[in-house]
Amino acid sequence: MADVLIEIENLYKLFGRSPAKYMPLVHAGKSKDEILAETGHTLGLKDINLQIKRGEIFVIMGLSGSGKSTLIRHFNRLIDPTEGVIRVEGSDVMQFDKKELQHFRRHKMSMVFQRFGLLPHKSVIDNVAYGLQIQKVSSNEAKAKAKEWLETVGLSGYEDQYPSQLSGGQQQRVGLARALCTDAEILLMDEAFSALDPLIRSEMQDQLIKLQETLHKTIVFITHDLDEALRLGDRIAILKDGEIVQQGEPEDILLNPATEYVEAFVRDVNRARALTVETVMKDPACRITAETIEEALKQMKGFKQDYGYVVNADGYQGVVTEEALKEAYADDKTADLTEDIMEEVDPLEEGAVLESVIPCTLEADFPLPVVDDAGNLTGRLSRGTLSDVLGERA
Amino acid sequence: MAESSWLTEFPQLERADLRDIRKSLDAGYREFSREYGELIESFFDPLLTFLVWFEKLLLATPWWLVIAVIAGLAYFASRSWKLGLGVVISFMLIGYFGMWDNTMRTMSIILVCTLMAIALGVPIGIGMARSDRTQSLVTPILDVMQTMPAFVYLIPVVMLLGIGKIPGVIAVIIYAIPPVIRLTNLGIRLVDKDVMEAATAYGASPLQRLMGVQLPLAMPTIMAGINQTIMMSLSMVVIASMIGVKGLGQPVLKSITNQYFTLGLLNGLAIVALAIIFDRVSQAYAKRAQEHMKGLENG
Ligand SMILES: Nc1ncnc2c1ncn2[C@@H]1O[C@H](COP(=O)(O)OP(=O)(O)OP(=O)(O)O)[C@@H](O)[C@H]1O
Ligand SMILES: [Mg+2]
Repeated sequence: MADVLIEIENLYKLFGRSPAKYMPLVHAGKSKDEILAETGHTLGLKDINLQIKRGEIFVIMGLSGSGKSTLIRHFNRLIDPTEGVIRVEGSDVMQFDKKELQHFRRHKMSMVFQRFGLLPHKSVIDNVAYGLQIQKVSSNEAKAKAKEWLETVGLSGYEDQYPSQLSGGQQQRVGLARALCTDAEILLMDEAFSALDPLIRSEMQDQLIKLQETLHKTIVFITHDLDEALRLGDRIAILKDGEIVQQGEPEDILLNPATEYVEAFVRDVNRARALTVETVMKDPACRITAETIEEALKQMKGFKQDYGYVVNADGYQGVVTEEALKEAYADDKTADLTEDIMEEVDPLEEGAVLESVIPCTLEADFPLPVVDDAGNLTGRLSRGTLSDVLGERA
Repeated sequence: MAESSWLTEFPQLERADLRDIRKSLDAGYREFSREYGELIESFFDPLLTFLVWFEKLLLATPWWLVIAVIAGLAYFASRSWKLGLGVVISFMLIGYFGMWDNTMRTMSIILVCTLMAIALGVPIGIGMARSDRTQSLVTPILDVMQTMPAFVYLIPVVMLLGIGKIPGVIAVIIYAIPPVIRLTNLGIRLVDKDVMEAATAYGASPLQRLMGVQLPLAMPTIMAGINQTIMMSLSMVVIASMIGVKGLGQPVLKSITNQYFTLGLLNGLAIVALAIIFDRVSQAYAKRAQEHMKGLENG
């Protein structure tokens, strides 16, 4: 069990002049619209409970106005809650005084913004070094570090340009480099890629995934795009009108949407690209563990199907059909079950996305075997399963 | 007086009452200036010393050196040799028509007034930008300062400090300071919220945000305010000459009373020349300093 880094308990945010006065209405269960009509106060967040683990990418998603930005701004207290507890590494963020809060923002968290938030009067390298400059790190050291990060995000050579001279994608790379430059453990990303066009966006997603493989940051990522959420997220929370309607692992949300709202989201997802073989495969029935043809045929008789997956101590070996077995039986029933009578069928890998296995699954005469990294048979994927999973959305 | 007369005639304060009010107010203020006049004057002594020193410096420096320095400044601020050349020609003409000394005096008073206006105005503008209450308090005062005819506030200043350079400087500053204050306030308030939020998120202290983000980003607007302040102090120079400020204003005043058309015109033109030079130089400098921020709105 990975340890919990950020913990949010019963968080409420009511926007308006005197939120405390109207909190009883919120607790009484009035809806966002009712509260707005009655009091002129906007219910931003309602009873949020979250636990974010060290090293994971936690995605918060929801439609425009659902409170995503409001929620992420509570993490570093750009917004103060009306009620609730925010703990980071066990310490209550709300108890920080000004100095402690400044220290916390400088060293614990960094943030990437939807509209970049770069300093237009500073050169690219000074923008990247900004966090360090604020910490009063010496200018040489800060610049050297900023240069390294610029290289990492693929922008070396742009040090002395100004943000206005860069494209959107480049500007956001600067934003990302700035966030990484402070070595903060937690990365807050508020729709960091939403303003970019699809191609650049998927490039940036790849880059983030690659960076995360080496950096192991804890990333809170906001998006309104489920495809992006599924691609990046280790876990996903879905917000609606300031409430979390479902949280869980991506497959969980895709396959078991908790409410109609989530279902509506899920409907538009390209499942073939979002799901891996592992998440939809069936248990591997028809294992043939026998060593001789005779025993193998006996095992086969016990199955409904007329084929079986041959498995031994080394893992999955191949597929054998009843017909082939019978032929071999007629020849020599005590002979070993060898590769000669098996059909050579390449197994699918657990981690492969469905899209990549569609052709071979459709071409095969029987459900394809699925193996894990060690080569052990862990499941099977049939044409039927595939069409069920992919066809469901219509 | 019949009861119904207020329908046709405005119910006016009795003449005697009005006179009493005036008398007591005037007496009160006179009392105040007698009591504190010297104290207040001594408060402004350092300013006077600086002003006199600077004026002497300008007057004592050989004319070609002054022209070279000003033309050089103009060139470095704008990187335009045309502007530099314009400066040289204007000052040559000014000197040729015998207005050199007065021009130097006017320049020194403008410089002091502008520096004072910046030193006072920018902090006030920052204060206004930080709190809505301060803004709602200061704005009407600025309105009064800008619309009240200059002569009206010359009176108490003269009563308090007499005739001379310092009351002149004060009058000019009162007249010219509102644009710096207003535009500093506006410039800071217009700074992009997203950029400010980013600075806060990275743990910038209020001072770091002010010096590192707000002031630099508000600078084009503040520069526009300073530019206006310079222009307004130049136009105030003529009025200030009425209370004994020496410079280009005095010949203009003299020409009005004596109907010397040419003298008035020449000195007026010299003021215009100064105004144009100050305006172009400060604008060119502001523009060059903000070059890279161009096109950000559409980018
Ligand atoms: N400062 C504020 N004062 C009043 N209401 C606010 C404030 N900030 C946000 N809200 C309200 O809170 C709700 C959530 O806003 P928020 O910006 O968090 O949405 P979002 O999910 O980030 O949307 P988007 O995808 O458009 O960025 C909205 O109804 C908004 O009107
Ligand atoms: Mg948002």
